[in-house]
Amino acid sequence: MAEMIDDRTMENICILAKLSLTGEEKEKAKADMQKMLDYVNKLEELDTEEVEPMVHIFKEVNVFREDEVTNSDSKEAMLFNAPKEKEGQYQVPKTVG
Amino acid sequence: MKQYETVIGLEVHVELSTKTKIFCGCSTEFGGAPNTHTCPVCSGMPGSLPVLNKKVVEFALKAGLAANCQINQHCRFDRKNYFYPDNPQNYQISQLYLPICHDGWVEIDTPGGSKKIRIHEMHMEEDAGKLIHDEWEDCSLVDYNRSGVPLIEIVSEPDMRNAEEVISYLEKLRCMMQYLGVSDCKLQEGSMRADVNLSVREEGSGTLGTRTEMKNLNSFKAIARAIEGERERQTELLEEGQAVIQETRRWDDNKESSYAMRSKEDAKDYRYFPDPDLPPVYISNEWIEEIRSSLPELREEKKQRYQDKLGLSPYDAGILTESRHLSELFEETARLCGNPKKAANWFMVEVLRLMKDKGTDPEEVNFTPKHVADLLKMIEKRTISPQNAKKVFQKIFEEDLEPESFIEQAGLRIVEDTGLLTEKINEILDRNPGPLEELLNGKDKVSGFFVGQIMKEMKGKADPAGVREALNKEVEKRKN
Repeated sequence: MAEMIDDRTMENICILAKLSLTGEEKEKAKADMQKMLDYVNKLEELDTEEVEPMVHIFKEVNVFREDEVTNSDSKEAMLFNAPKEKEGQYQVPKTVG
Repeated sequence: MKQYETVIGLEVHVELSTKTKIFCGCSTEFGGAPNTHTCPVCSGMPGSLPVLNKKVVEFALKAGLAANCQINQHCRFDRKNYFYPDNPQNYQISQLYLPICHDGWVEIDTPGGSKKIRIHEMHMEEDAGKLIHDEWEDCSLVDYNRSGVPLIEIVSEPDMRNAEEVISYLEKLRCMMQYLGVSDCKLQEGSMRADVNLSVREEGSGTLGTRTEMKNLNSFKAIARAIEGERERQTELLEEGQAVIQETRRWDDNKESSYAMRSKEDAKDYRYFPDPDLPPVYISNEWIEEIRSSLPELREEKKQRYQDKLGLSPYDAGILTESRHLSELFEETARLCGNPKKAANWFMVEVLRLMKDKGTDPEEVNFTPKHVADLLKMIEKRTISPQNAKKVFQKIFEEDLEPESFIEQAGLRIVEDTGLLTEKINEILDRNPGPLEELLNGKDKVSGFFVGQIMKEMKGKADPAGVREALNKEVEKRKN
């Protein structure tokens, strides 16, 4: 039988995604995710026993860069969108390191 | 009374000493002004694309091969998802499903002989940024300079039984990484970090007890204390018939105790999935062999060679190979002065003494081997007395000065003017008629007193053996 998105799963997803949703939003999200799950369950019907798992959509391997410094100080650009900034750093609510 | 056994496994993070970060061309240099080594990739800007630094793969392969690991020739990166301000992408790029190296081992020294510690796996991943607590505004400040610095995480099997074995294992890994040149492994700067997984079980039991994970350990001493504290805590729980809860604990070295991290911080649901931005890595047999043949002589081989080829004792060979850097200084000195045993003695006594006195880290010792070799040759040729040579060496150790010209300038060269020496000897003999009388009557012990007096008069610029010889000559003359 196909898996269902129940209230507990929904709650856990909210915690992991750091979202606080209203009851109505939760119901809507539950329905959406159920559709996604149904789609995956449909795919599960296929026999994939002999199929190698796909690692990547392109056949390409070993895309490398050499170990050379190519970037210079772009602090200003990075902090441009920071909601709060102090002494060249993002300022965020107190977080235990 | 039940006997308990402690079972310990380690997760060790080693920061690789590449010039640039793992997925972008930003510098990895330690200590830059906050956020000056950042770009859209390592600050997690939407739309940026990571490109793997080839050197990171090479360094991980070196580490894996040196630790007798198997290589996953097809490996790839996965995303580990979690929210934390030091992680700007909200996921860390790591390897879960196909880590680059697995199933290896290293041998450690224990009081009961050597012991194999198995390596479960080694994987490549990126480091997180740094959070600094701001006391003034009671907030946190984020610096992403460290974000994206390459790490390898080395996961051991639960093969260690006490703090001594853990320290020995860490020292082994540190030495190995330093020899390979893949990391400087400085615990204080955080380029080597260890998380300790520990459980306690009744001795002889075949099953593992419930384990806890301890984080925030940044010195060998803290690790040893944390292990002892946690072992006691878990044993007491079991003695009282209580269960150990599987949790992550944070060690507070100031309070010398650990506390459980809140379960929300510890909510381990990382929802790993393959990173679609990074194509897989394929490591060919040729590549593996190329890396294997580039591995330097490691400590064990070097130690053996010092005994076999240079004739050093196992103890001296062990000490001299503790640091690759120091061993290279020693080898070059030995080669230039042509006397490995003399060079070894000098390092074992004088170099180690100054390092201890000044608290110098082996990696920071910085003098030109030729300067020490020249000094050793001058002692050999009796150009300088051993006493003064020590003073000159201190200057070499501190300022790396060139000994020959320094000795000239400071007037420390042994006086070869026998006329002056004879004059001084006779002066001293005349000044001390009592001891002279004894010496003339065959009391040889007194000669030591005279040699001392003469050396003092010559301000160390005479060679004791030469002085003794000249003294005997003058005394003989007076006997007639």
